[in-house]
Amino acid sequence: MERLIRKGAEADIYLGEWFGKEAILKIRKPKPYRQPELDAEIRKKRTLHEAIFLMNARKAGVSTPLVYFIDQNKAEIVMQYIKGIRLKEIISDKSDNIYALCSEVGRCIAKLHRNNIIHGDLTTSNFLVAKNRLVFIDFGLAFFSQRLEDMAVDLHLMKGVLESAHVEVADEAFNKIIEGYAEISGMKMIKELVRKIKEIERRGRYARVK
Amino acid sequence: MKSKLDKEIVCWGCESTAHTFSCSVLKSDGKILSDVRSIYTPPPGSGIHPRDASRHHIEVAPKVVKQSLIQAKLSMNEVDAIAFSAGPGLGPCLRVGATISRALALYYNKPLVPVNHAIGHIELATILTGAKDPIVLLVSGGHTIITAFSLGRWRVFGETLDLTVGQLLDQFGREIGFSSPSGQKIEELAKKSSKYISLPYTVKGNDVSFSGILTSAKKLFHKGEDLESLCFSLQEVAFAMLAEVTERALAFTEKKEVLLTGGVAANKRLQEMLIEVSNRHGANFFVIPKEYSGDCGAQIAWTGLLAYSAGISVDVEKSFVNQSWRLDEVDVKWRD
Repeated sequence: MERLIRKGAEADIYLGEWFGKEAILKIRKPKPYRQPELDAEIRKKRTLHEAIFLMNARKAGVSTPLVYFIDQNKAEIVMQYIKGIRLKEIISDKSDNIYALCSEVGRCIAKLHRNNIIHGDLTTSNFLVAKNRLVFIDFGLAFFSQRLEDMAVDLHLMKGVLESAHVEVADEAFNKIIEGYAEISGMKMIKELVRKIKEIERRGRYARVK
Repeated sequence: MKSKLDKEIVCWGCESTAHTFSCSVLKSDGKILSDVRSIYTPPPGSGIHPRDASRHHIEVAPKVVKQSLIQAKLSMNEVDAIAFSAGPGLGPCLRVGATISRALALYYNKPLVPVNHAIGHIELATILTGAKDPIVLLVSGGHTIITAFSLGRWRVFGETLDLTVGQLLDQFGREIGFSSPSGQKIEELAKKSSKYISLPYTVKGNDVSFSGILTSAKKLFHKGEDLESLCFSLQEVAFAMLAEVTERALAFTEKKEVLLTGGVAANKRLQEMLIEVSNRHGANFFVIPKEYSGDCGAQIAWTGLLAYSAGISVDVEKSFVNQSWRLDEVDVKWRD
């Protein structure tokens, strides 16, 4: 029997079984407030993207859950159950390995970007830590792009999450992510990215001009 | 909201960030003694010109200031503090309110309190609705922000990467010949249709972008697409995006309250969507009363009162306005 273990913004997460193995069932249920046509389009598209990019991220060298089954019309995915803790909780608990994990987050993001994969939803609730290994989840907003802008937006979101939800560690954590990223991408790339992130911030409403 | 001073205090506040010039008097129990407004309306089809709006503010200011005191049945001598909107907003407009407030503070020898306009929208909404620790969706012509309070500041979870939702409505309204603000007229037209026309839905993580919707909707309008259906679809797509990012912040923070404030908060369809979002996550939904959703002196007077109670005031010679004063730069000393 499936058991609801998390009600996310987008989907309900159930823990169940798939051919004798523990598995996660992720269902993007219809949102009645959205126009049915728009709702169906969003749910279908994100379910498909999630499955595709879980696999592509794996190819890029980033750990993700294995996809067992997808039903696009019902917006359901069955995937490997990973028993882990979200990075969000690890940071909240002030564990001593936060910054080491952040460097790893940076390295993984760089590996995705090197393969033109934009995650689109880099928040601390989308990284699981299992047996000291980092696992990326939730690829529903992922897409392919070679544009520096899209990579910078990806990191900008990560920065925003740290600054809003993890205020005390935000600066250091983001620096570690950037350092980790640079290890994979090289200095030239990271400099361009940091410049682009600043540009995006300046474009925003009532920009932080520093 | 408790005041940190023992005695009851009275604050006079002046709002002049954009089209509205408004003065208000408020007491520390949150009672609004007066809230007098004069709103600059640009000609149909055009937006707010900062020069013309500031000229309007200068013309109406003496009457509005006077009326705010008459309605409150108080003289300026009986006021404890003078608050003004110091940003963010249109420079020429901000300077009108700031100049008047400085002059009054000097003449009556009163403490001068600078107020962040966005925080004004939030603080007034919390005192009027009773929300304690909400996820706030602030939607107006100047703002589209999802924020929550943590460690002394309002922290931004998500925001628009380009236009605000108010600008989206106003700029589309302008294109079809309405004068700004045109949200209400668009809402009325939208009610007359239920035909959905696909428009770009752009959510980037916790952030939204409305420029694609605006470009698309304008193009479709000039191609002769039915206006009521366009207004309907524009609302449906833009508000669904806002509902989604609000839901994301709610799921992430696991807070139990949602508060909707700012001029666009008056829109019933947006309220409906957020009620659904709140229900799904077992959160209480609050919305600022319609008469205080738009820019008003009360938001400045109330926030000024809270700030003054926490010991905040500024010397007149250092009382600058800041056109791009972000709400997450403000140290909020009056909240726990």
